Amino acid sequence: MAKFNEKLNTWKNDPKLDSARGHLERKVKGWLFALFRTIIVVGIAYVILSPLIGIVANSFFSTEDRYSPVVYIIPQHPTLERYELTILRMDYWNVLKNMMMYVIGITFIQLVICSMAGYGFARFNFPMKRILFACVIITIVLPAHAIMYPLYTTFQSFDPLWIFSIFTGGSTNLLGSPWPVVIMTLFGVGLRSGLYIFIFTQFFRGLPREIEEAAIIDGAGNVRTFTQIMLPNASPAIITVAIFSIVWQYNDNFLGRLFNVSDNILLSRRIASLQATIANLDQIRDPSITTLYVYAAVVLMILPLLLIYVLLQKYLIEGIERSGIVG
Amino acid sequence: MSGMTLAENKKRRFRLSLSGKKSVVGMIFVMPFVIGFVWFIALSLITTFRMSFSDVTVAGVSGMSMSWNSFENYVYAFTVHPTFSETMGTSVLFMLIDVPLIIFFSLFMALFINQKFRGRTLVRAIFFLPVILGAPAIADALDSARAMMIGGISPASAEVMTSLGSNLNVNIQYYLNMFGDMAIPDSLLGFIVDAVHRINTIVIASGVQIVIFLAALQSIPPSVYEAARVEGATSYEAFWLITFPMVSPLILTNVVYTIIDSFVTSPVVTLAYSTIFSDYNYGLGAVFSIVSAALVLVILGVVALILGRRTFYYT
Repeated sequence: MAKFNEKLNTWKNDPKLDSARGHLERKVKGWLFALFRTIIVVGIAYVILSPLIGIVANSFFSTEDRYSPVVYIIPQHPTLERYELTILRMDYWNVLKNMMMYVIGITFIQLVICSMAGYGFARFNFPMKRILFACVIITIVLPAHAIMYPLYTTFQSFDPLWIFSIFTGGSTNLLGSPWPVVIMTLFGVGLRSGLYIFIFTQFFRGLPREIEEAAIIDGAGNVRTFTQIMLPNASPAIITVAIFSIVWQYNDNFLGRLFNVSDNILLSRRIASLQATIANLDQIRDPSITTLYVYAAVVLMILPLLLIYVLLQKYLIEGIERSGIVG
Repeated sequence: MSGMTLAENKKRRFRLSLSGKKSVVGMIFVMPFVIGFVWFIALSLITTFRMSFSDVTVAGVSGMSMSWNSFENYVYAFTVHPTFSETMGTSVLFMLIDVPLIIFFSLFMALFINQKFRGRTLVRAIFFLPVILGAPAIADALDSARAMMIGGISPASAEVMTSLGSNLNVNIQYYLNMFGDMAIPDSLLGFIVDAVHRINTIVIASGVQIVIFLAALQSIPPSVYEAARVEGATSYEAFWLITFPMVSPLILTNVVYTIIDSFVTSPVVTLAYSTIFSDYNYGLGAVFSIVSAALVLVILGVVALILGRRTFYYT
């Protein structure tokens, strides 16, 4: 025991061991922090995942599993039948392909228009700027259903500046096509465009002015400064907005329903009618069984989005580590 | 003397024309939004305003007719309608309670999952899930499936089914009794249960904010931290002097988003929605929408004013 105490004392007091002590201390601290982090992250992850575990597990339930009172979470007779029928009835691969083209196209427009507006608000002074920025906030705050009826009629008889009346003699009905959504997105008032403009504005305001000043001194015009200096530096904002835009456009069922966009494009409309479709076409009437197909459809809808998110996240991190931006 | 003024004049004229040019460029950048706002939002808002001052009747497929009735709808909403004022009050109250919790939680979590550790991609994917699950299409599909089940079969079995299907339900009462047997006071237990219940709500509502904070954290160049470490800054100082100011513009963004998000899903918006779609009372629904949106705009203005002063921008 005395020997141990002696050893402990040398360990504590010997100046030669200073660096080793510091190293150990840092290591223990780091380890404890990692433990703390793991506990928190695992706990929160459980909170997030718990409803999803039920959904995923149920999507593999066979009918007998569903009716059996002893089956809980782990199916006794797992089946892929739910997925097969869901893919068939939703026309999954086909609609997914159309949907992705539509969603990615809209997201691209969102990125161009909203980043431009964000840059304009962040870096330029012009008359009525504050009022116009308040308008951006209004578009975010205003509940969509407050203006849905006027919007509907606008696109029902679509006639901007009487162009259609002059050339074709009458207005056009754009309902039923994706055009209303595309046009609104083109003019910066698409699905949650206001939020994206806001995110871009805040990001651009957070970037140091020196980088553009250097570009302007080097003789770059405004457009070149924007596309070649500001946008690459705002890549975290671009990826973030792209992720949100893809997720929300993909999951939108308000604009899609309001403008009656075809369900050959919108998976969100397919999932909404899935239960009724299966009840009618396949004569599966029990809601507790048709619900299983909805669960399978939810899993099928989540997977592409998760994949996109993970890919974009990876790209984001690599992009930043490569460019070593700002500062 | 006169030479000076001449030079000054020249300088001022040059600067004016430069700033004039810059303002034109700025207007071009925001032009698409301005056109879209006037064309789609402002014009529609005017119609909605007119509806709020009118008695709206829906006539078949051809559309609706409005007859002016001045402030009748507004008076009705505030004095006669049984729940509107109260619903709006509770909506705002819950919003004000939830917002700080969500902001702290999401910043905290973003700091956590921004670090390097094994399985980081998986953890980030999990933390992104609430954004997807909360999105309307999936949330609605799950809701209607649940509603179908309750409507379609007898309530008792429906209850069993929903508890099987959507959640991993634990018999919480059992554990509560267990703690009660350990002589832990009831009020403390109640508080803990409440907090735990809130954690669920807050985690689900923080998905978007975590993603935004992650992006903000990732836009801070590592070189700044290296420089700080060379200068001998502790990680505490590094957080308050580097991380916090650098993410502060997006704290404002997140506060604004959180307020709006909790408003959009709040009871008062649901009330406006059901007034329009279940009762077909467009005029009154328009009043509800306009009044509640205006109230949220005022709150946002105050918050932006307070936080905007403390926000750090490179200028």
